[in-house]
Amino acid sequence: MSARLAALWNWFDSRMPSVAEQWRLHASEYYAPKNFNFWYFFGSLAMLVLVIQIVSGIFLTMNYKPDAALAFGSVEYIMRDVPGGWILRYIHSTGASAFFIVVYLHMFRGMLYGSYKQPRELVWIFGVLIYLTLMGEAFFGYLLPWGQMSYWGAQVIVNLFGTVPFIGPDLSLWIRGDYVISDATLNRFFALHVIAFPLVLLGLVVAHILALHDVGSNNPDGVEIKKHKDANGHPLDGIPFHPYYTVKDMVGAVVFLAIFCFIMFFVPEVGGYFLEYNNFIPADPLKTPQHIAPVWYFTPYYSILRAVPPLFNSQFPGVLAMGVGTLILFFLPWLDRSPVKSIRYRGAYYKSALAVFVVVFLILGYLGTESTTVWGQFGFDAFFLDTKDIATWAARVCTVIYFAFFILMPWYTARDEVKPVPDRVTS
Amino acid sequence: MNEQGKVDKSRRNLLIATSLAGGAASVGAAVPFVISMWPSERAKAAGAPVEAEIAALQPGELKVVEWRGKPVWVLRRTKEMLDSLKAGANRLTDPDSKYSEQPAYAKNEYRSAKPELMVMEGVCTHLGCSPQLKLADAKAEMGADWAGGFYCPCHGSKFDYAGRVFKGAPAPTNLKVPPYTFTSEIALLIGEDKEKKA
Repeated sequence: MSARLAALWNWFDSRMPSVAEQWRLHASEYYAPKNFNFWYFFGSLAMLVLVIQIVSGIFLTMNYKPDAALAFGSVEYIMRDVPGGWILRYIHSTGASAFFIVVYLHMFRGMLYGSYKQPRELVWIFGVLIYLTLMGEAFFGYLLPWGQMSYWGAQVIVNLFGTVPFIGPDLSLWIRGDYVISDATLNRFFALHVIAFPLVLLGLVVAHILALHDVGSNNPDGVEIKKHKDANGHPLDGIPFHPYYTVKDMVGAVVFLAIFCFIMFFVPEVGGYFLEYNNFIPADPLKTPQHIAPVWYFTPYYSILRAVPPLFNSQFPGVLAMGVGTLILFFLPWLDRSPVKSIRYRGAYYKSALAVFVVVFLILGYLGTESTTVWGQFGFDAFFLDTKDIATWAARVCTVIYFAFFILMPWYTARDEVKPVPDRVTS
Repeated sequence: MNEQGKVDKSRRNLLIATSLAGGAASVGAAVPFVISMWPSERAKAAGAPVEAEIAALQPGELKVVEWRGKPVWVLRRTKEMLDSLKAGANRLTDPDSKYSEQPAYAKNEYRSAKPELMVMEGVCTHLGCSPQLKLADAKAEMGADWAGGFYCPCHGSKFDYAGRVFKGAPAPTNLKVPPYTFTSEIALLIGEDKEKKA
């Protein structure tokens, strides 16, 4: 039997050798640093979530109706009448939040160990493009249940484009395909969500991995393992991705899926953070819900949008700040002037800047889920207080710090007192 | 082709010309895809004016009418509501509605054709959410200096009873006033001016 199998494989391999070649290039002979730690689970987990979302999404489309009159009912139909439909829907909704958790941690890993620095700038740029595409994908998907949050969230985001000077109103009209969010909008968002953006996402993931495998993975020490090779030309500090990291990543996947299943089966709404309560009410174009906030993964940027006051009778500055807040990530490889990559050998400046950045990002995220009056009002009045809401002022301070982290980076990373970097990985 | 290291200019020109023509054709081919996303003829036709009955509207009562898929408010303002508009102009972004949109007959201190009757698009000028009526007694929620008006739940913009935006809010201009005509003492036509109808 095994001789027959070997013969069959030989028949295949002699006709299409690139399959075995790609396997060697990207798995069995792709040498990854041997010192990967906890933070290196999230790349493979992101791919796992992508697969989960694509598979659950395909089966959801079999019962979902992209029609303003039918959409809300079809989601309830999936939840109540379709066998296993509720599992599919909760897989997809939990997967959406899980995707962002995993991607945020993956990006933070890059910032911890300087993985965006030379020669991995392109890996980082493709990663940021994946992040932006994912935001679009999540936004389009959020309209589909046609609940109150779907409707008003889409209303706000599409109107963001309407604030662009000169072309804005026409641009938002073109995106909506109607003068208000309507059936036309729902139908096209469905098309973008189920085919256009997933294709772009897959293409970007391939580019991200190809760019990574060309230059090789970074590691917690931020040293280049390709500098020291054995007689066969393999890095001394590298081990083949398969079987070593495929097996390690399986452990991560099992733990991740256990948490995923717990959320999916026991707390799929996660207190209104993964599935917002207002979205269980059908869309009403005449009434904005009492308390409205985007899903948690957008709230840091939503806070920035809300904190910036209008200038020159236009709300565009706030929109611009939010847009620049995401796009500034592209420039990280060039803003960071430190001679070392990893946080292990950086000095106090970068360590404290990164810590403050994380705290500020979390505060902005929290404030974005609450109303501007959550922390009450100042008890005094002053000429510069255009609003007395404490939370708005807190968000303004955090917004300034958020941008200062990036804009001052060339200055503080160049002056940081770094430690000597070892020649080889340390553990 | 190019054996002496010389560029064959006629072939290069042909390549450039065909590339340009091909590029232009590709851009042209994108046109039907792009224009298919503009509003359809059916969507454009759905903008007719709507009529609102106002006879039963009590002082202080708000009625929401749907016009072009948007909420339009009709509020019969009480004397206290009208009085509240006179104070605190220094806290407003655009107190005289210089930068805001309204028909000429609503460009006055009450932003309406008849002082007691407010007709306003219930769409925040920031990013299009629909603000909510918050009466003067909502001070616990809106702050001690609140004299009544509208509050946008999306990004926290505050407006007075004439739809004028308070400073410190992300909304840049006052709420829009749609064109409207009184067809009789008790009925209102939203979406059409007297001038245009004549």
